[in-house]
Amino acid sequence: MSGGHEHGHDHDHPHPFQPDDDAGGLTEHMALVAAVRELLIEGGIYSAEDERRAIERMDARSPAAGARMVARAWVDPAYRERLLADGAAAARELGVEVGPTRLIVVADTAETKNVIVCTLCSCYPRWVLGLPPAWYKARAYRARVVVEPRAVLAEFGTQLPDGMAVRVHDSTADMRYMVLPARPEGTQDWDEEALAAIVSRDCMIGVALPRADAKAA
Amino acid sequence: MSEPRFAPGAQVTVATRRPACHHRAPAYIKGHTGTVERLCGIFGNPETLAHGGDGRPPQPLYRVRFAARELWGPRAERDGDTVEVEIYEHWLEAAS
Repeated sequence: MSGGHEHGHDHDHPHPFQPDDDAGGLTEHMALVAAVRELLIEGGIYSAEDERRAIERMDARSPAAGARMVARAWVDPAYRERLLADGAAAARELGVEVGPTRLIVVADTAETKNVIVCTLCSCYPRWVLGLPPAWYKARAYRARVVVEPRAVLAEFGTQLPDGMAVRVHDSTADMRYMVLPARPEGTQDWDEEALAAIVSRDCMIGVALPRADAKAA
Repeated sequence: MSEPRFAPGAQVTVATRRPACHHRAPAYIKGHTGTVERLCGIFGNPETLAHGGDGRPPQPLYRVRFAARELWGPRAERDGDTVEVEIYEHWLEAAS
């Protein structure tokens, strides 16, 4: 045996390959999507390059947009009020494009911790947080966080004080959600840019808390 | 479409039906009672939109707050925890 590859036998048999994600062949719906796409391009409705650019633009969205909104809310109480009243309008105010999103921002307090899920599928505020992490779309997170949010948060390394209530928000229909976490101790003198740097994606989903001693990865 | 039937603070119970079509009322709230937190707006009905229909008549959409204890009984982690769910008006009745 060599190369750190050990399983106590000689290689006289083939290894099973992990199946590729797209190894299942073309389903009826995939064929339908491919056909509609070809028709739209052939008909000159849009070009393949238009489509590629649109996908690139969607994939380029990042949690930095949400973090800017949180940091502004921490330093500007009037902005915080507008953010809680109408998340989409408050996003546009900072130049964050949110398309048709109806955004509800839920604020953590000393007594309450908010966390977001979509139990039915994987609805996610992509315009302000970018693409969702794989675990957000996983059955385990979606099924468990509504029942035992404290246990799930603890697995993310987030321990809640005893007196704190948890509010889980299930994004089942037309709204999208973002958590406005509480501003951590020890950041009184920080400017907006420094504040935004400690507001990670997971803080805005609600499974983590921003920390003054944590520099964003 | 009539005016929304429920105001924030109203006690509402979720229907227990199980339509075969696409619908967006999760099973874990069916039959349970909660409190209307807000009216979110009026939207096309996903139960027809998902099947080539026009979503009419549109439905008021509410956020309803359930006590975790109401949903999960002794499995709930703590009194005072809540789960808030968006639900369309045709799934709701005034709690008796």
